[in-house]
Amino acid sequence: MTSDIAAILAIDGIATGAVYALVAIGTVLIFTVTRVIFIPFGDIAAFTALTLAALDAKRFPGTGALVVALACLATLIEVISLIRNGEIRLLPRALLFYLAIPLAVVGIAWLTMRMDPPLAVRLVLALMLITPIAPLLDRIVFRPIADGTVLLLLTVSVALHFALVGLGLLFFGPEGVRTEPLTSFSTEFAGVLVSGQTMLIVLAALVFSGLLYLFFDFTLVGKSLRATAVNRTGSRLMGIRPERAGTIAYLLGSLMAGVSGILIAPVNTVFYDSGFLIGLKAFVGAIVGGMTSYPGAAIGAVGVGILESFASFQSSALKDVIVFSLLIPILIWRSLASLHSEEEIEE
Amino acid sequence: MSQMLSMTDVTVCYDNVEAVHNVSLSVDEGQIVTVIGPNGAGKTTLLMAAIGLLASRGSMVFRGSDIQKMSVEDRVERRLCLVPEKRELFSDMSVADNLLLGSYSLRDRSGVQKTLDEVYDRFPRLRERQRQAAGTLSGGERQMLALGRALMAKPALLMLDEPSLGLAPLIVREIFRTIASLRDLGVSILLVEQNARAALETADYGYVLETGAIVQSGPAKDLIHDPRLITAYLGGH
Repeated sequence: MTSDIAAILAIDGIATGAVYALVAIGTVLIFTVTRVIFIPFGDIAAFTALTLAALDAKRFPGTGALVVALACLATLIEVISLIRNGEIRLLPRALLFYLAIPLAVVGIAWLTMRMDPPLAVRLVLALMLITPIAPLLDRIVFRPIADGTVLLLLTVSVALHFALVGLGLLFFGPEGVRTEPLTSFSTEFAGVLVSGQTMLIVLAALVFSGLLYLFFDFTLVGKSLRATAVNRTGSRLMGIRPERAGTIAYLLGSLMAGVSGILIAPVNTVFYDSGFLIGLKAFVGAIVGGMTSYPGAAIGAVGVGILESFASFQSSALKDVIVFSLLIPILIWRSLASLHSEEEIEE
Repeated sequence: MSQMLSMTDVTVCYDNVEAVHNVSLSVDEGQIVTVIGPNGAGKTTLLMAAIGLLASRGSMVFRGSDIQKMSVEDRVERRLCLVPEKRELFSDMSVADNLLLGSYSLRDRSGVQKTLDEVYDRFPRLRERQRQAAGTLSGGERQMLALGRALMAKPALLMLDEPSLGLAPLIVREIFRTIASLRDLGVSILLVEQNARAALETADYGYVLETGAIVQSGPAKDLIHDPRLITAYLGGH
């Protein structure tokens, strides 16, 4: 391997890793706030790419129907639980959040699409259609079992992933898509050609991690999310509702997954089931960070991207095997390291 | 004086075992009421039920509204606050962030800075350490932070679970002085303590809880001279 090839592979790996980093950060966000390891996260990223491709082809994506169906189901469950608890006064609010807003989003997307909008608007529409999915799934699937064990939540999360893959096949069909590049700009960097798309991916990852950092450090809502992650009982005693913190975490996480889906769509062909590998590799990255550290998750995810890039040069058939084999020593190292931190908590 | 909190025949079960049985107590506005009793009598359980972290039977009325079925968060929004025995601080976050989060339930954000200054004036140590992570504080400072964080919510009734637990005598005295001074701010207090003498010296009214039931109650100044209590809890004369 010459140094030129190594440089190309490294840049390629950083770009892939940046996409994984966005999903990994979202995974950590949702896990720390809700204790759910949200496996369908990669599917959210893949669905965004497929939604964008459908919009590009002037077809209204199945995501719209999915949002409508989920919104109706979530509203039904919420209304029943409110009536059962005798909290009828909260009905208008529930109808607004679970029914009116998701339906309005789909309605706006449907109307805008008929006007043949430019690419920038289509990007926004794709993100708008994708972000309600995870919060609604949270209401329908996870909130009734919110006090369950992490293992139960994980099992349900895996089941949810398979359900979403099935829906993906139904909505988007078996064909893969590749969207048009967001930019045709390219430049030479240290003798290696770097495409504008690659730079955009890295830039987007940096900007979104930076925004998340600002949100956590400078807003009360951001701090309330951190508080829920640090101490659930303590935060409830401050009047912070874990369900609301969860919804915000799912919204933010979906946005990040959506952005990564948009970024990856012009580089890789995305199929209805591509999300699983994206999500799993981001998960490996998140585990490197111990599932609780955002910088750790981001560094881990970029590491996974670089490793994958070099692995695919050596043997493209075995690249996934190489990446996931990495998980075993990391898990051993992590479980040894976590013994210490548990002792600290006991103290 | 109007009634702040009244509990009537409250029963709390842990896995079918009754930890608290038919307890009735009330706190009037501006009063400090204490519940004393031995370890395992159900004092903490009673407070956990009052804040809604544990489900209970019986009636619970707080400032005129029935809170028995309400969520913890709804009770906090009505200005019923608990400083739990374990403090439950946000240990990875700074002292300033912990205090700010204390004010989370307030819709009107205009007075938050003023309340924060008042808390810092009350506990100057917290001002010195505002950038430090809560987990790095000493035991006494943690209790001050837990108290300060609860005060940020402008509670109408503050429930304190063993505020003196594990603290040095000098700091215990300071904490009790703070509790007494809160009454002057118009905060009513429900104080659960093992340190019966200090609690009764501070409180207006006291209840004695033994194996999940109230066995005695009366004005604190009477209880402190009660011969039975002196031998059982106050360590003689």
